[in-house]
Amino acid sequence: MRFFRYLRRNKRLAAGIFILTFLFLFATLGRLIAPPERAYPLAVPPNKPPSPEYPFGTDSQGRDLLATIVMGTYLTVRIGVLAGVIGLAVGTFLGFISAYYGGVLDTIIRWVVDVLLTVPGLLVLVVIAAMLQRTLKPTSLSLILALLAWMGPTRTIRSQVLSLRERAFVRVAKLSGENNLEIIFKELFPNLLPYLGASLVGSVTGAIFASLGLEQLGLGAMREPTLGMTIYWVQYYGAFVRGLWWWILEPVAVIVLIFMGLFFLSAGLDEFANPRVRRVV
Amino acid sequence: MTALLELREVTKIYVSGLVKKRTTVALDRISLAIGTETPTITAIAGESGSGKTTMGMLFLGFLPPTSGEILYKGKDLWTCSKEEWRVFRREVQAIFQDPFEVYNPFYKVDHVLTVPIVKFRLANSKQAQREMIEKALIDVGLRPEETLGRYPHQLSGGQRQRITVARALLLQPKLIIADEPVSMVDASLRATILQSLRKLNKELGISILYITHDLATAYHICENIMVLYQGSVAEAGDVDAVIKDPQHPYTRLLVGSIAWPDPKRKWGQEIAEYRGEMLAQKTTGCKFAPRCPRAMPICRESPPPLYQTNETRATACYLYEGNPTLEGREISRVLRQ
Amino acid sequence: MEPILSVRDLSVYYYTEKGPVKAVDHVSLDLQQGMRLGLVGESGCGKSTMAMALMRLIRPPGRIVHGEVLLDGVDLVKLSDEEMRRTRLSKIALIPQGAMNSLNPVVRIQEQIVDGLLDHDVVLSKSEMEARVKELLESVELDPRVATMYPHELSGGMKQRVCVAIAISMHPKVIIADEPTSALDVVVQRQVMETIRRLQQELGLSIILIGHDMGLMAQSVDYLAVMYAGRLVEIGNVEDIFLQPLHPYTQLLISTLPTLEVKGVFRGIPGITPTLLNAPEGCLFQPRCPKAIDACLIPKTPVLKEVSFSRWVACHLYEDNR
Repeated sequence: MRFFRYLRRNKRLAAGIFILTFLFLFATLGRLIAPPERAYPLAVPPNKPPSPEYPFGTDSQGRDLLATIVMGTYLTVRIGVLAGVIGLAVGTFLGFISAYYGGVLDTIIRWVVDVLLTVPGLLVLVVIAAMLQRTLKPTSLSLILALLAWMGPTRTIRSQVLSLRERAFVRVAKLSGENNLEIIFKELFPNLLPYLGASLVGSVTGAIFASLGLEQLGLGAMREPTLGMTIYWVQYYGAFVRGLWWWILEPVAVIVLIFMGLFFLSAGLDEFANPRVRRVV
Repeated sequence: MTALLELREVTKIYVSGLVKKRTTVALDRISLAIGTETPTITAIAGESGSGKTTMGMLFLGFLPPTSGEILYKGKDLWTCSKEEWRVFRREVQAIFQDPFEVYNPFYKVDHVLTVPIVKFRLANSKQAQREMIEKALIDVGLRPEETLGRYPHQLSGGQRQRITVARALLLQPKLIIADEPVSMVDASLRATILQSLRKLNKELGISILYITHDLATAYHICENIMVLYQGSVAEAGDVDAVIKDPQHPYTRLLVGSIAWPDPKRKWGQEIAEYRGEMLAQKTTGCKFAPRCPRAMPICRESPPPLYQTNETRATACYLYEGNPTLEGREISRVLRQ
Repeated sequence: MEPILSVRDLSVYYYTEKGPVKAVDHVSLDLQQGMRLGLVGESGCGKSTMAMALMRLIRPPGRIVHGEVLLDGVDLVKLSDEEMRRTRLSKIALIPQGAMNSLNPVVRIQEQIVDGLLDHDVVLSKSEMEARVKELLESVELDPRVATMYPHELSGGMKQRVCVAIAISMHPKVIIADEPTSALDVVVQRQVMETIRRLQQELGLSIILIGHDMGLMAQSVDYLAVMYAGRLVEIGNVEDIFLQPLHPYTQLLISTLPTLEVKGVFRGIPGITPTLLNAPEGCLFQPRCPKAIDACLIPKTPVLKEVSFSRWVACHLYEDNR
């Protein structure tokens, strides 16, 4: 298939897809090997280094780290995807109508976005997370992150649409009898797909970053074995000092893999969307 | 007799800049009626900055006038209902200058042909639609099997422009605004496209407004011409007369700058005063006076009226004082309708 | 007299996945000192590639496959990158297609002109540089105040003149103008071409004008070379070519242009330009040629033959010397 032939040329995209697919399989099939119940405290004997019985070792609260990392990968990525998608969807919608219809609507949306962007995001997140601490769940964390994620896309999508709106093919579409909604969905939106794809990767990456940041401060869902919380527990229990190297290494390694995958995916998409960057034959 | 589309004393002013507002008068009280009595081809000629593209945009309803009215079948276009606009869109079409920009790069070139058929309900089956498209493509000299199903970047500029003409053919509007349809196409391909435009006019009875800066092509397919200079009419009338014997000094300059494919006929004697281009000078008189080799004192004082020098000609130049004057709206008298 | 620029058997191919695109195929031509040579052809015939090749600006996947470009006796193809860099602008300059869009939008005109000079180790004081820039702007008939302006403040014609000023700033021997007036109005086009003509006479430059408009060629050049699908098909004095075009393609190019005499007669060139991908041997114009004979079908590429003094044609019709 042409897709696979293209992947052979675009090595970055291939690398990104490969890593992310691997992580996906790890997070989903991993559950068959390591039952999720073992990702919670007092499930197994604590502080054991990697062994055939516990390939990833166990932590100080008695969690099987293999199960923990499997669950953690799934949860953390899910937080990121949820926040990123919602943030981008809202931002795209607002950016489109702001740019296409212009006028008062545009002015209002822009003003709101500009004001909200000046608010220090991390501070807000810390405050909200601290307030909700007991009741915080991964899903609610996603929603909070999405709250701060929609402003950037609104602005960038707006400027993209503004420039697209003036193109001759939009005029031709009008002459062909298309109404405004049809122009937005059939003419403008498809042209933004590459941009949206790249933005999505960016949004998701940002959301994962933010969630990790909050969680390792202890401001995440206390009970859930997300990667960020695992790092928090690593610090809380002084794993460095106690020489529990496996506990430190594993979540960090997976986090690095996640970001590498996202990075290559984004670089690969960039190459795809920008033919001039493409490697020459 | 109500014309299909009419500009009545239309002025269009652009305002730019945030702090220091700069106003540009793109069109200055222009009137032009395009009727459907006999389908005509009228040229609107001028350099960039003459207002010709603005005129096209106004006629197409893409821009509202700053003052004056745009009348569609006698009714102010901008007060028309949604249904009337639908009919307007069906009856007035356009061919644009850039053969690449008019295509949405996401879709194959078929898109630009199928959408209007669907939206205007011109065919009642996929088969009929396909036949319509193929016939239109063949009519402009293209082979459907070589052009359909391709993306815009896979075809040449000439092919793409011919497809836009095929689109116009397909829709059979009453009026086509052609904004520099051949200026971005190779010189050798222009004849084919102009031929198609002529066919639209002669065989299908479609009126054409041919906007251009190239008088050579205007001469070939148009009957009437209106020469614009910085938003005002310099000269108008029968195209043969205006081009073979230009009266207004600006028209002389335009005709003299045509690059004829004849090494023996070099660029004309009209000296083109160049340095005047630096900064737009606000004049109270004739707009062309700063560059005009025949400027007289009165030219710098007040703008000249339109003098009707002939049954089929009018010139806005004091050199023709003594002839009867025309009001802006009466300019249609010298244009064959 | 030795020609100032001599192109001998130049070929430039672009190597793509699907095969080589023969943009320039065995092209040879001479430019005499002080001459204006026109290179005319439709879009996609390889003329811009030719311009790039003469400036050694071809990038992968394109490559100069073989040939020589002798500028004043020096073969540009064999120069090192550094030597070529020093030759560009100082000995041979290019006014590229869409030159107006090649000006840096955030840099003032003054600096853009000075840039080229600095790159060629011209050492002058600040005031001397300013004087030089002023001189250059005046020579292209621009108000010296333009020096402190930004490109977006200028009109299309003015930007083009700035590009001309940059091209002549080091008094090169040869200037290649690639469609310098394609986006300009007729009046501005004429003015820019007349300015170039005047400069050429004053500075003793030799010019290669590349374009697709035979009308412009008739007005602006002394000598004309017609290109089709990467190959030269006819070369000669411009008046001779218009008076009696020999190659059927040249004949069509001329006859499809509107003239004042005959109104309403429209003739186009039938068919479409051939693809240069894996271009085969043999005459590439044959499928569209109204004068093709059986002999034109043979897989042998017609070569340029001198049919009279300084008049060359590559066409099977002229094979047996008339």
